[in-house]
Amino acid sequence: MANPNNATITTVHKAKFTGANALTIPSLKILKDDGSLYADATMPELDRETALRMYDSMVFIRALDERMLAAQRQGRISFYMQCLGEEATTVGSAAALDDKDMIMAQYREQGALRYRGFTLEQFMNQLFTNEQDLGKGRQMPVHYGSRDIYFMTISSPLATQIPQASGYAYAQKLRGLDNTTLCYFGEGAASEGDFHAGLNMAAVLQAPVIFFCRNNGYAISTPANEQFIGDGIASRAVGYGIQAIRVDGSDILAVYQATRLARKLALEQQEPVLVEAIAYRLGAHSSSDDPSGYRSKEEEDRWRKNDPIARYRLWLLKQGWLDDDADKAKTEALRQEILDALKIAEKIAKPELEQLVTDVYAEPTEHLNSQLKKLEDHVRRYPDAYPVTGGRVK
Amino acid sequence: MAQMNMLQAINNALDLAMEQDDSVVCFGEDVGHFGGVFRATSRLQDKYGKGRCFNTPLTEQGIAGFANGMAAQGMKPVAEIQFADYIFPAFDQIVNETAKFRYRSGNQFNVAGLVFRTPYGGGIAGGHYHSQSPEAYFAHTPGLTLVVPRDPYQAKGLLLAAIQCPDPVLFFEPKRLYRASVGEVPEDYYELPIGQAEVIQSGADVTLLAWGAQMETIQKAAELAEKDGISCEIIDLRSILPWDSKTVAESVLKTGRLVINHEAPLTGGFAAEIAATIQELCFLYLESPIERVCGLDTPYPLALEKEYMADHLKTYEAIKRSVNF
Repeated sequence: MANPNNATITTVHKAKFTGANALTIPSLKILKDDGSLYADATMPELDRETALRMYDSMVFIRALDERMLAAQRQGRISFYMQCLGEEATTVGSAAALDDKDMIMAQYREQGALRYRGFTLEQFMNQLFTNEQDLGKGRQMPVHYGSRDIYFMTISSPLATQIPQASGYAYAQKLRGLDNTTLCYFGEGAASEGDFHAGLNMAAVLQAPVIFFCRNNGYAISTPANEQFIGDGIASRAVGYGIQAIRVDGSDILAVYQATRLARKLALEQQEPVLVEAIAYRLGAHSSSDDPSGYRSKEEEDRWRKNDPIARYRLWLLKQGWLDDDADKAKTEALRQEILDALKIAEKIAKPELEQLVTDVYAEPTEHLNSQLKKLEDHVRRYPDAYPVTGGRVK
Repeated sequence: MAQMNMLQAINNALDLAMEQDDSVVCFGEDVGHFGGVFRATSRLQDKYGKGRCFNTPLTEQGIAGFANGMAAQGMKPVAEIQFADYIFPAFDQIVNETAKFRYRSGNQFNVAGLVFRTPYGGGIAGGHYHSQSPEAYFAHTPGLTLVVPRDPYQAKGLLLAAIQCPDPVLFFEPKRLYRASVGEVPEDYYELPIGQAEVIQSGADVTLLAWGAQMETIQKAAELAEKDGISCEIIDLRSILPWDSKTVAESVLKTGRLVINHEAPLTGGFAAEIAATIQELCFLYLESPIERVCGLDTPYPLALEKEYMADHLKTYEAIKRSVNF
């Protein structure tokens, strides 16, 4: 080993500090606000079918968000998180992947789920945590996951999925699979120690993982300038020895192209890569948050003009791939479909009592079985106090 | 059969597991070419390559997260945390992620085959951060399996079982026995059951219970007690979670007395869980209060280590208190 420090050292003889902003990373933008392309931009390879599937996913998520936020306000579900303004980041990136690439998400990536084929019923069953929920009603709303579509179940602790994605991708590499892992997280989560751990491990162990940061300006009430003072998240990757690209997160064509190239790089070079998408969290952090306490309406209005769906729609119309009237009618029908599905899902029973103790271990332990038995006796004694399971315990 | 110390038995188990299953992978700080600071992974990199036995950067939360990801993909990672004292940076990954992986996904995803190996325990002049026994922190976490071997034979059989276990396992290795404990170990593959305690000496007057390196301590105490005519039944708990309350209760129903010994501090230690459960299961049969011989409620000290430890003399005194109550 020539150099155990693993640093490229050129010696100087006068003290010279490197500027904190020595590295400035440009942002890729392909699509103009009016739906035309920048003259010097390279259009990504994108067929009509994929382009429309991307559009449908964005429209679907926006309609779902609108309806389910209202449902939370009505007290029909306990919690909700929308991704208003960020639809392009997750849909564009998911569209750039192979269907068998693993996705590990944070909690604002419904667009990726939809693009992968998560059904309206599956969304609803999870949000209502009924007995048909794939997660068996155990987690809060918006904690989706589906083995069939390679979307790892979401958990609340921030950034934990980042080193997991590195490990998952390393395993894919060891098995010789031609697949990668894409890991989403926000710019707030990137302050966690797990971000550092996950990126450094992926770089050192050469795991073919795509780190995808949604830099939307806020972590709940904390603006990004109170989160870090470096040049965003992308500049950090370079320090870990990871190639990085920054994109306009409201430009789905830029997101799509950057992620496709990132995937190619990860698989061909067998190393990690980072994509930072700059967007804006137009909605509240969650149904438990009110952004009027920490940011101005002027700021929100400025970003509202940057609507990723409107911009992409103009492009599709220019392509002749979308019919204005048909599209409007379809969106209207979608709203009704969502409402119908909601009404069905909220009537489906909650999981049975037994689901409390299954899957803690592969098989319930003796201790758990005895706790369940005690609980069954108790619920049988006071069925009215436990309306969800009271009438159902045999 | 061959004579092995505990490290050799662990190394042998890892070697066998890696040989028979390509999905078994070992990693952690210094486990690669160097073979680990205790040499538990000696020669594994030479034999199985850098892909399957490798060093990681110095980050426990990273090691744990990486292991979770590998296991979720279907591999069987055996991750080493250099000292159990340094497992706390990984606490979030282990408690919030490893333990809940199967449950929260409705059994769509799991981390079966994941093992965290870590040297634990005192008696080696290790001070605050090379002596701790953190099992009770993890015993409070549904979804985890905690295993502690007491000798080389146990270490190999339990480690091989841990790697095949459909649930994630924390495998605590009593480091003061690494080289001190030597015994006959079969060279072939074998597993010992997880979740089962083992009665290693039958007795009539009092039940002694411990795990790991403290088994030697309670055996010594039992020898002293025997000279006084006290007959001790000795049980090795082996699995802290899930733990074998049935075997312990059966013994206490017979002897009517229980002395529990562990190295970790008294308050909130796992002996409290055992004592509460056994008084519930054996209330009418208990002849005396359940005794707990544990570390003090202090950080693990250096100069006064001998005084701090839950040694055989303190255990012997507890046995006499229990029998003479």
